[in-house]
Amino acid sequence: MAYSEKVIDHYQNPKNVGTLDKSSKNVGTGLVGAPECGDVMRLQIEVNSETGMITDAKFKTFGCGSAIASSSLATEWLKGKSVDEALKIDNMTIVEELNLPPVKIHCSVLAEDAIKAAINDYREKNGLEKITFAESVVH
Amino acid sequence: MLKLPIYLDNNATTPMDPRVLEAMTPYFLNHFGNAASRNHSFGWQAEEAVDYAREQVAKLIGADPKEIIFTSGATEADNLALKGVFEMYASKGNHIITATTEHKAVLDSCKHIEKMGGEVTYMSVTAEGLIDLAELEATIKPTTIAIAIMYANNETGTVMPMKEISAIARKHGVLVFTDATQAVGKIPVDVNKDGIDLMAFTAHKMYGPKGVGALYVRRKNPRVKVTAQMDGGGHERGMRSGTLNVPGIVGFGKACEICMMEMESDTARISKLRDKLEVALLQLEEAYVNGSRTSRLPHVANISFKHVEGEGLLMGFNKNIALSSGSACTSASLEPSYVLKALGLGDDLAHSSLRFGLSRFTTEEEIDYTIKAISETVLKLREMSPLWEMYKEGIDLNSIQWAAH
Repeated sequence: MAYSEKVIDHYQNPKNVGTLDKSSKNVGTGLVGAPECGDVMRLQIEVNSETGMITDAKFKTFGCGSAIASSSLATEWLKGKSVDEALKIDNMTIVEELNLPPVKIHCSVLAEDAIKAAINDYREKNGLEKITFAESVVH
Repeated sequence: MLKLPIYLDNNATTPMDPRVLEAMTPYFLNHFGNAASRNHSFGWQAEEAVDYAREQVAKLIGADPKEIIFTSGATEADNLALKGVFEMYASKGNHIITATTEHKAVLDSCKHIEKMGGEVTYMSVTAEGLIDLAELEATIKPTTIAIAIMYANNETGTVMPMKEISAIARKHGVLVFTDATQAVGKIPVDVNKDGIDLMAFTAHKMYGPKGVGALYVRRKNPRVKVTAQMDGGGHERGMRSGTLNVPGIVGFGKACEICMMEMESDTARISKLRDKLEVALLQLEEAYVNGSRTSRLPHVANISFKHVEGEGLLMGFNKNIALSSGSACTSASLEPSYVLKALGLGDDLAHSSLRFGLSRFTTEEEIDYTIKAISETVLKLREMSPLWEMYKEGIDLNSIQWAAH
């Protein structure tokens, strides 16, 4: 199976690899996946509590090239978006952007799940109610 | 000069030795006869070539040429041995003993046999991938007709104690079948010294062509028979009908002859390179060898790099190095390597494994390049791995409630 150029580019030059201070009130952390399944994504957002804008995003991913690319792309998209806009990021847009084959769609689902988990973590820290999402069905 | 890409997936298939191709060429063009044509020179030439190859193949494994049944490869030989024995010895019993780490050709043949009313015991293996001999003996019962244990494992290179296994089988009057696909041509295999009754092997794992293999079927002490699984013109003493693949068989014979002559020097050189590779990669933190390091093929190493995922790892260098991984992502299934899991590895370590298979043509330069490329990629991916970060912070990964999916 050949990888798309965009996947290769994100794999070789991943954007926003790193760690934000997860104890900070402004940081939301989403950790999704499982080592047994061969992919774990940790995605973090830093939110300006006054504007509700995402000022920074970082990721670390254990997984295949498509999983790494999906999370790298997600962090790029998150920066500069409001939390509400971020909630609208759909896994299929990631699939389209990266040209993922069907067997790799679960990588994009994982990225979407990570975004939602990070947002919920941020909301919880700031006394907001967690949003209930329909459970992802792929995996 | 280092030539890229580097091929280190020789357990999947080996390149052909140019000497093998040279031996085969005339049998495509000039000597194209059917080895079963008894009444003209084209047929005689083909038959002669097959006879000669049969001797070359037999010699490598210490067998009589009459004991070699040519097939299309090891998968067919595995099928013929297991299903053929099951049918032939139905009056004696219906129980076969095998192991969970066998190749799919053996496991799926066994599953087929179960559907046909047979009983199969799938023995587990030790952490090193070896069979427990006492347990093997205890598993034998009056209805046991055969023990099917591979000579060497395709993923880890672990070599089974064939002599000890066959001694137990002999004691109980049970046949020994071994899938020796990875072993023949690489280490000394002798059907008499090893006490083997049936043995499957193939040309393309030992620098020969694809599409040709053999089943060794013992003719004396005891005389073993298998029921044909392919009916037709009664070729190969009635055990495998079908026009013989003459050029393939000629190549197989030549490949065996070369292995016989060069095994010792090849092994000395290749095992040194394998050890160099392994020692260097084990310098990385949290890197583990899978399978036995003492009872192992000289050209194989299977290593897990904890907290990095195999397919992601391969992607770091697969433009330049051809390797395989036990990660599920590299296969069609969602499960990581069942062989590694049978050794007791967690799914996470199985996902993190790389399999190295060196060959006669592997050079030291290639190994040096590989060491560098893999080490760099492992370090790079660990910087990117949340699991590695947690490990470094001293967090027990088993204490985390992972989202099930």
